[in-house]
Amino acid sequence: MAQAMGFFTDTTICIGCKACEVACKEWNQLPATRGGVNTLSGDSYDNTRRLDGTHWRHVRFVEQFTPDRTDGRWLLMSDVCKHCVRAGCLEVCPTGAIIRTEFDTVVIQSDTCNGCRDCIGACPFGVIGVNPVSNTAQKCTLCYDRLQNGLEPACSKACPTDSINFGPIADLKVLAAKRVGTLHERGETRAYLYGADEKMLGGLNAFFLLVDRPEVYGLPSDPQLPSRNLVTGSVWTAFGAFALGLLGLISFRNRGERND
Amino acid sequence: MTEPSTFFTASPAWHWLIIAYFFIGGLAGGCYALAVLIDLFGRPSDRPLGRLGYYVAFPAIVLSGLLLTLDLNRPERFWHMLIESHTFRPMLKLYSPMSFGSWVLLAFGGFALASFLAALAEAGRIRWTWPLQLRPPGPLGMLVGIVGGLLGIFVAGYTGVLLAVTNRPIWSDTPLLGLTFLISAASTSAALLILLADRRHHTAGLAALERFDRLALALEPLAILALIVSLGSVARVWLSAWGVLLGLMVALGIVIPLVMQWRSAGANPRPSAAAPLLVLIGGLMFRAVIVLSSDAARSVWPG
Repeated sequence: MAQAMGFFTDTTICIGCKACEVACKEWNQLPATRGGVNTLSGDSYDNTRRLDGTHWRHVRFVEQFTPDRTDGRWLLMSDVCKHCVRAGCLEVCPTGAIIRTEFDTVVIQSDTCNGCRDCIGACPFGVIGVNPVSNTAQKCTLCYDRLQNGLEPACSKACPTDSINFGPIADLKVLAAKRVGTLHERGETRAYLYGADEKMLGGLNAFFLLVDRPEVYGLPSDPQLPSRNLVTGSVWTAFGAFALGLLGLISFRNRGERND
Repeated sequence: MTEPSTFFTASPAWHWLIIAYFFIGGLAGGCYALAVLIDLFGRPSDRPLGRLGYYVAFPAIVLSGLLLTLDLNRPERFWHMLIESHTFRPMLKLYSPMSFGSWVLLAFGGFALASFLAALAEAGRIRWTWPLQLRPPGPLGMLVGIVGGLLGIFVAGYTGVLLAVTNRPIWSDTPLLGLTFLISAASTSAALLILLADRRHHTAGLAALERFDRLALALEPLAILALIVSLGSVARVWLSAWGVLLGLMVALGIVIPLVMQWRSAGANPRPSAAAPLLVLIGGLMFRAVIVLSSDAARSVWPG
């Protein structure tokens, strides 16, 4: 396997230019409109709103203002597939369409996916959606085609502030830890890393530097693998089968002595 | 109150086709398993009742496969569930309920077909005689019945586990969906057989079926209560119209038919169709509430 590669997204220097979104759409030939219609959110500069099958990068605009709007701040975050080391989508995919690549990234093969959509509900981050062009589940591939040819992903290449950093995971972790240290020194003590260590799904190969609670950025504080319910769910169901079997025996056995 | 982590996920948009599958697949597995019980423990006079179970199971499992295929975004690729499309090797993940379930559906379909043919042969509706040995009490028939019955029970229950093995609100916030789906499949299957049975001839088998339905219906509210408790704070999603629907389902689909059946037990030689019909409607409603309220969870969350 080649080195594990990924993204470190430093949200504190994102300026919300959306160059990453545009570069992603251009390189991956994703439609710019939703079914030919330009939809505007109407209450935010964020018109993308969420990651889905045709939006593989999403610059989230968190607009925190006081009710009288005299004070406020924008938290900007370029969201993307987390390429989890232990990936829920990959776990459930029944067709084998979702694979782990030599770069430790997670990729959906569009020619195998049959659109059962199990992965969409299994992803702890709500990253995956159906691309209406292929009619299959799609998400960020971490530009697998570019990686195979020694290029960096389109989004990080386009990012003008280096909010999106691409590289070997080991290097990114060093860079991120340094950045958190610098921010803490400068007084931004709220800065922390989301998904950089192995406690979260074995580690996220796309991890983030945040300055507020994960939920504020639309991220779960405790993302889990779907398989956490497999054994307990199966055991309870088997218990139910046993109980119903007993009821069946009680109902059907020896009844001839009383009826007929 | 902070939103649970399952609220940050996206909907797979499993709607009415899947709700219908959960209902009809439950009936297929449940009716088959009940037919096997009747075959194993029934009297000769119960044979027609057992046949009824096999008559339901095979068409219902075929319909289930059609519903599942239609729900795919790419229905022409349904076979990718079983065969890896690049290597043409069998595709099976034991830890993915959808993958494992696809294989069990296929296997159960085979057993349901065998028993269906056996039932047709016994009723003289087809001329072949060889399928007769595919139904108990013969040794081959016992094997078909017992293995098929176990597969049927799996089909009736795994759908709840499949929902739990995601990251969606409600579905993956409890380990009890498989259990509740299975109990509901039992009560609805018994209800369907009672409904379809020749109720003019109140055989011992029919009485046993009614007894089983009453017991399953009595168990069901307990399982639903346990489900609500196991959801913890997420159960607050049902402090909404969805909870009202669930309550209505319990009243209409469990309590009323249970009272009706209990009152007519033994006394009435010709039980009414109303009680089993209500049970069936309740079973469909239950699956609809579970499936659809998950999508609505975020919008009705009391915060």
